[in-house]
Amino acid sequence: MIDFTEEQIQRYSRHILLQDVGVEGQEKILNAKVLIVGAGGLGAPVGLYLAAAGVGRIGIVDADVVDLSNLQRQVIHFTKDVGVPKVESAKEKMLAINPDVTVDTYHEFLDSSNALDIIKEYDFVVDGTDNFPVKFLINDACVMAGKPFSHGGILRFNGQTFTHLPGTACYRCMFKEPPPPGAVPTCSQAGVLGAIAGMLGTIQAAETLKYFTGVGELLTNRLLTFDAKTMQFRTVPVRHRDSCAICGTNPTIDHLIDYEQAACDLKH
Amino acid sequence: MAKIYVNGEQRDVVLPLTVTELIEFLHVENPEMVSVQVNEEFAERDDWKSIRLNENDSVDFLYFMGGGAR
Repeated sequence: MIDFTEEQIQRYSRHILLQDVGVEGQEKILNAKVLIVGAGGLGAPVGLYLAAAGVGRIGIVDADVVDLSNLQRQVIHFTKDVGVPKVESAKEKMLAINPDVTVDTYHEFLDSSNALDIIKEYDFVVDGTDNFPVKFLINDACVMAGKPFSHGGILRFNGQTFTHLPGTACYRCMFKEPPPPGAVPTCSQAGVLGAIAGMLGTIQAAETLKYFTGVGELLTNRLLTFDAKTMQFRTVPVRHRDSCAICGTNPTIDHLIDYEQAACDLKH
Repeated sequence: MAKIYVNGEQRDVVLPLTVTELIEFLHVENPEMVSVQVNEEFAERDDWKSIRLNENDSVDFLYFMGGGAR
């Protein structure tokens, strides 16, 4: 058991006060290792809240630099950071909130060549990416490596998320394969209300903390969707599919796939 | 008229009705981009034409949602 310092007891007092978390739960959080893929709209709140919560080791993967058009929703980046690698900008804010945490930065794209190597260092993965090729890559890599992850997607006024644990429904159980490149708009094409990123990202951060503390019921075998126009939230029951190409009984996918990215997605 | 549930909301439809016909009836946008569940079971795209819906069935349309990082 960790000997909490006076400062830690003070810093994490609102967690420690929670009966479901307590000192034991906080210790689990301090020992947790989380990988955040994408330091953008979703990765921003996830990174801030997980650092604040004291997640011991946090990895962030992102090949981009901060763009002025990011600042409307990517609250971990400030105006002064325009042009700075997102992973560096994010790390600076996370350490400023909580010097207790260790932040690993990966200033690169996640692809089939590095995904398994990076993921294996962590206990839980948060998908905060903006495109389908990488969402499927994260799904497949996590299923192969037996890692739990939180999936997240936002568009316009909508968001959706679910949590995968080994054996529960995966992204491919719900969506067999990525849509053709360019068929579904991304935020950079269709727009997104900035606060939607915060709404969804904080759900993902809460799921991550629930996973480590064992509190409550995770969003497994359920897809949570919301429409901020009506503020209707809905969880759709989804099931692990025996015929799933990656997590089914006879998986047909035995290696990671780099799906083609729509050309228009590659620019801001 | 028969009642079915589409994305949790009750709808009045005329049976017989297949998943493909329901998608046409509802003018679902970009049906090639939609994932369908009938009574919480994933419905293969190739089967949409042959799946006949019954009274009180639940149909869920799941949509791709990409955004996040950029």
